[in-house]
Amino acid sequence: MKVLVTAKRVVDYNVSIRVLSDNSGVDLNNVKMSVNPFDEIAIEEAVRLKEAGKVEEVIVLSIGTSASQEQIRTCLALGADRGILIETDVEVQPLAIAKCIKAIIDKEQPGLIITGKQAIDGDNSQTGQMVAALAGLAQATFASKIELNEDTATVTREIDGGLEVITVKLPAVVTTDLRLNEPRYASLPNIMKAKKKPVEVLTPEDLGIDVTPRVKTLKVTPPAERKAGIIVETVETLVDKLKNEAKVIS
Amino acid sequence: MSILVIAEHNNESIKPATLVAVAAAQAIGGDIEILVAGADCAAAAEAAAKIGGVSKVRVADNAAYGHSLAENIADLVVSIGAEYSHILAVTTTSGKNFMPRVAALLDVAQISDISLVVSADTFERPIYAGNAIATVQSSDAIKVITVRGTAYDAVSAEGGSASIEALDTVKDAGLSTWVQDEIAQMDRPELTAASIIISGGRGMQNGDNFKLLESVADKLGAAIGASRAAVDAGFAPNDMQVGQTGKIVAPDLYIAVGISGAIQHLAGMKDSKVIVAINKDADAPIFQVADYGLVADLFNAVPEFDALIG
Repeated sequence: MKVLVTAKRVVDYNVSIRVLSDNSGVDLNNVKMSVNPFDEIAIEEAVRLKEAGKVEEVIVLSIGTSASQEQIRTCLALGADRGILIETDVEVQPLAIAKCIKAIIDKEQPGLIITGKQAIDGDNSQTGQMVAALAGLAQATFASKIELNEDTATVTREIDGGLEVITVKLPAVVTTDLRLNEPRYASLPNIMKAKKKPVEVLTPEDLGIDVTPRVKTLKVTPPAERKAGIIVETVETLVDKLKNEAKVIS
Repeated sequence: MSILVIAEHNNESIKPATLVAVAAAQAIGGDIEILVAGADCAAAAEAAAKIGGVSKVRVADNAAYGHSLAENIADLVVSIGAEYSHILAVTTTSGKNFMPRVAALLDVAQISDISLVVSADTFERPIYAGNAIATVQSSDAIKVITVRGTAYDAVSAEGGSASIEALDTVKDAGLSTWVQDEIAQMDRPELTAASIIISGGRGMQNGDNFKLLESVADKLGAAIGASRAAVDAGFAPNDMQVGQTGKIVAPDLYIAVGISGAIQHLAGMKDSKVIVAINKDADAPIFQVADYGLVADLFNAVPEFDALIG
């Protein structure tokens, strides 16, 4: 079976972002861009399933500007077989992204779809669930373990307070949590090989999808800063302050 | 306007986070109804009816809703969704699981994890791990929203007298099956509900040393948390993680022990009312958000703290 994996181009997780002074957004000029870390985990999982002989082909899909080709190549270097880019300059929001992914599911008929649980830019955590809804498929979000069976998958999910195990009928959408795996680094030979792997470029119009944003960002501001506190010299002072000044312990 | 709040509950009682979503609903303004979907959840429904400011509780009591499987809960919510201008749930792993499914099936956007209601169609929400706050406006007829568990002070769980109405709709998509839960049994309060939290970081050096924090936690009635570094190093289980990718908390008192204060961690706790940092590195970023900082070796400071509060 085929696995479809999604990869979003986002600001690298090591970058300290800066809000633009006109409050129109976050400064993306000359900022290092990477594959969304949760999507990297998704790619790794798909590649491991292929290495284990459980799937035949890993397709990586990205939706965004032409610059997203770079992230697709990264995923190809990590072991995906081919790429699809749905190219658009519009700021695509989760619902529109999900519609694009659904269109590719219709076309490619994958047995499993793996997405990151959230992208670290918008922190929406919506896309995988929306894809599952639109495609009428089961979903298993925040996965820390995936076992493929005959026509189901058994997935361990990270939930508040612990773990939950569910089985889902295939095809299904799984979203990755941090502890699913530790992604590998791409080797130089694989980076070279990735350059020859095919990448198909489509547009939302080709797929008949309206990607007009439904949510308008009015402004982006830095978070409120906490006012500076004090350094106490001894544990005794600390306990005294907590009891008598902050009054948070008795 | 009519607002539906989807309750988070364990069939017996309503989880406190639900009271925060009701508070957000009050900030939007309008008639507030609560949906309790579960299996043998009559007790939870009765508890929901007592929440202040709620006019009606709708109860879908069926085995299909027993484990909050996203497919079934989403189909249920969608079946009544058109009756509302806003549908709210809390940003928990459960709310995050089914709400986007609801939004997609209604063909509307979801506004995730709002931290403030500006108006009925405009909301603030943190992006980039809380390093920026976006003010967003939705043009959809139905606003599907998840509310950050620390966004508002909880409304009172008592004092209301809402009517209870049974919903006979049974939606069982048959796409997924619950197998089992592996929930750690704890005598301490849950992280997201605790008024005091003491968290350990990489500075704890190993899992055994978390016992130092346990003694303090037991005296203060506190929950124990951990930084991602401590979880990744295997000192503490994943469900104890406080941070952007773990739990977002805002207790009255947050004590960070041996935590340097990576952005990731700060995103999860910087809304706490009082923050204490104990770290031997005076340059650790955690001191920039701490109300009270103590530059000290935690292995001396924590036992001393423990003795003094005792």
